[in-house]
Amino acid sequence: MTKYVGQRIKRTEDPRLIKGLAHYVDDVRLPDTLHVAFVRSIYAHARIAGIDVTEALKAPGVVAVYTGKDIATKVGPVPCAAALPDLKVPDYRVLATDKALFVGHPIAAVVATDKYLARDAVDLISVDYEELPVVVDVEAAASGGPVIHEKFGNNIAYTLTSGEGDIDAAMNAADHIVKQRMVHQRLAPIAMEGRGVLARYFPGEEELTLWSSTQIPHLMRTQVALMIGLAENKLRVITPEVGGGFGSKLNVYAEEALLSWISIQLGKPVKWIESRRENMQATIHGRAQVGTVEVGCKNDGTITGLRYNVFADLGAYHQLLTPAIPTLTGLMLSGAYRIPAIQMNVTGVFTNKMSTDAYRGAGRPEATYVVERAMDIVAAELKMDPVEVRRKNFPAKSDFPFHVATGLDYDSGDYEAALDKALELSGYAKLREEQTKARAEGRIVGIGMSSYVEICALGPSQAMPAGGWESATVRIEPTGKVTVMTGASPHGQGQETSFAQIAADELGVDLNDVTVIHGDTAIVQYGIGTFGSRATAVGGTAVLIAIQKLKEKAAKIAAHILQRDASSLSFADGRYSLPKGDAPVPDAGTSDPAVPVGEAPAGALPEPQTEGRSTLTIQEIALIAHIAKELPPDTEPGLSATYFFEPKNFTFPFGTHICMVEIDKETGETKFLRYVAVDDCGKVINPLLVDGQIHGGIVQAIGQALYEEVVYDEQGQLVTGELMDYAIPRASQLPWFELDRTETPSPVNPLGVKGVGEAGTIGATPAVVNAIVDALSPYGVKHLDMPARPEAVWKLING
Amino acid sequence: MKQAISINVNGVDHHDEVEPRLLLVHYLRDLLALTGTHIGCETSICGACTVLVDGQAVKSCTMFAVQANGDSITTIEGLAANGSLHPVQEGFWEKHGLQCGYCTPGMIIAAKQLIDRNPDPSREEIRHGLEGNLCRCTGYQHIVEAVEYAAKKTAAGE
Repeated sequence: MTKYVGQRIKRTEDPRLIKGLAHYVDDVRLPDTLHVAFVRSIYAHARIAGIDVTEALKAPGVVAVYTGKDIATKVGPVPCAAALPDLKVPDYRVLATDKALFVGHPIAAVVATDKYLARDAVDLISVDYEELPVVVDVEAAASGGPVIHEKFGNNIAYTLTSGEGDIDAAMNAADHIVKQRMVHQRLAPIAMEGRGVLARYFPGEEELTLWSSTQIPHLMRTQVALMIGLAENKLRVITPEVGGGFGSKLNVYAEEALLSWISIQLGKPVKWIESRRENMQATIHGRAQVGTVEVGCKNDGTITGLRYNVFADLGAYHQLLTPAIPTLTGLMLSGAYRIPAIQMNVTGVFTNKMSTDAYRGAGRPEATYVVERAMDIVAAELKMDPVEVRRKNFPAKSDFPFHVATGLDYDSGDYEAALDKALELSGYAKLREEQTKARAEGRIVGIGMSSYVEICALGPSQAMPAGGWESATVRIEPTGKVTVMTGASPHGQGQETSFAQIAADELGVDLNDVTVIHGDTAIVQYGIGTFGSRATAVGGTAVLIAIQKLKEKAAKIAAHILQRDASSLSFADGRYSLPKGDAPVPDAGTSDPAVPVGEAPAGALPEPQTEGRSTLTIQEIALIAHIAKELPPDTEPGLSATYFFEPKNFTFPFGTHICMVEIDKETGETKFLRYVAVDDCGKVINPLLVDGQIHGGIVQAIGQALYEEVVYDEQGQLVTGELMDYAIPRASQLPWFELDRTETPSPVNPLGVKGVGEAGTIGATPAVVNAIVDALSPYGVKHLDMPARPEAVWKLING
Repeated sequence: MKQAISINVNGVDHHDEVEPRLLLVHYLRDLLALTGTHIGCETSICGACTVLVDGQAVKSCTMFAVQANGDSITTIEGLAANGSLHPVQEGFWEKHGLQCGYCTPGMIIAAKQLIDRNPDPSREEIRHGLEGNLCRCTGYQHIVEAVEYAAKKTAAGE
């Protein structure tokens, strides 16, 4: 019964957004709000010898100034939830105490009656810095140089080896070993809305409400409560509209705890809205790995083993998941292939930079890039078509569930089907002919592909830092309206619509009768949040199963009213019915004619009419359940159910992307001629939203391949400090994406969905770089590091 | 020293005394409570703050409120005439031209100007016309379709 699921339904959340009537954090206006501005370190590494706040305290409008010393014993450290063996965890105070370790490190907070005045006072604070030697390069930091955290003795936060199989034997068995160093440059997530915090303490109730632009309201409530020493149930976190996250808001930051604490001190609402400059400096970055991959292969293209030695640039401190991100890379190094032995050796390294953490894909884009670049390098070495090398190493559809040598069991897949569809849609053979022709004309044209697998629906709690389940409560109100409360916290993905589709179908009600509520810890049961392409696969499943629980009760009530066994009733289109031909409930003439739910006279709740009935809608049953005069014995009144869904495995979406690029010989600029993506994210709830996720994901991948890089100079100064310097893709730089899908349901959840939020970003980057390398192969180019800026490409063409 | 300004916003006259340094976007958001106009970069790169000043799309994060003295401004809140959506708003809804929605008001205002100037834009012209507005969610393709929808709808309505 899928009236809504599978349909291209436009979003129910859109009207408020397109009218400008939605509320992001900065749009929440409370009387007497004070504004916070930060003094942030201008040095990447410096001892703070003194801070003079005298002038600032005298400035107009200034209410208070706080420094690290003021709060050192009062607000706990910024939390890290990643647990790795022998992990070194620095003490990350919400304001720097004796040393500043990166440009943007918060040193002092000014509170004023107006945001302009707060900003003015920042300039009146004088910080006495003693500059210290800086270490920026990850390999240099690993091999010696200035030590960032003296108590650790060096800059190594952890080392970890992962993988299965005898890697040395696998390499020995190979006919060829290819080796390539690869740089995954540091990226900035750039949610269009930066971070924002509004904290309001109610001194009478001793309660705090924290509005935050976050992906994880409940986890934040727990962590901030611990940091400021407030009982968790006295803290309410509200996530209003969130203007994009991409992982950058899957975190608990210093500012969230600090503003909460300040609001308690001052007894007033305090607000801080991140500027873009602060966002570049002090919101997590992503990627930042430098590694070398070695792949062993047979003469026929069969891969025997893969080894990846990598330095992960963690930045100066651990944010929530910083050290764990490279471990996700290790999990995905088998890609879409049968590789008998895999080993990753990762060294997590402190540098004088902002922390890295989860940015869309979070460790998986790095793995996919390593594997998919390596497949092309193998193909070049063996003079095989990249398609054939991939095909040679795919597991067959019948091999699933498929164990890979990273320790995972892939749930379901048909990689060849997605590849074939992409080849057909792109007209691959014809593209190769066009390429030959173009080359003969002196043009620089290349074709690249990527057959990716990703890991989604994070995840089974056993494999997660703290809980990988998701929750849902579904309630049918007395008037028949359906309220769905999800612990996921969507911020643009559209789950207000897609979860309503799931609920409306399962309950047989109109889509417009369903409202999805999320992002308020006072209303919604505990949840985990939205990240790791998990919301629908885990949270959507929780919605589905909660409804199934609710329907068990509804069926019992229906059976009682209709005077039959529940098992004899059928449920269709939202209605419990007697078997055809059965006599209806006897009419004793005591009840009024039925008033359809929703059409009751204003101000009056309709009386449920039960006599003479052979069917009852589930919405009528909700009314009966709330009035509670005609319930079966020992039945709890009301009609709601809560379910916490614990997934037994991850899900593994996959697909093949193929693109064709042309490089301008004169400028080195890369332009797209074609971009074809065939993705398989399992069952699709709303194809319109899935297309949107794929488009956006591919564009972030193109951003990495061609344009984006967070650049720190050798002094640790952030060169890309604004959007003037950090280039995210614009509309005019992009091709028309040609999308298609295959659909291999996941056996991990009853919806059969896999997840799609990160697929584009994971799959597309290597396709683009492979195309560029292919284009440049006549110039002897075997690899180039991202971003493929025109200047770098021009130099490769022109020697 | 505050200065007196008179600005018409969405058809309503406003008279205020403001500091010369007050940005137009802060005037709209903080004084007039028109919070539909967003701030995304403070450097006129992203276009989230785009409003129409005397019919011209302007990035209100880099214009002072006093510079708009005497002008007529249309913000996203003023676009839906008599409660019915503007064709561009409708297009964004129909074609899934938004995800997180943060860039959307500025994008819609920029798209409105684009169609006003070029009632039948090609896809390339739409992409070029929206170069000054950044979106991190959609990959722009659905936005291009939204503008095409709006152009067709506008043409059909004339």
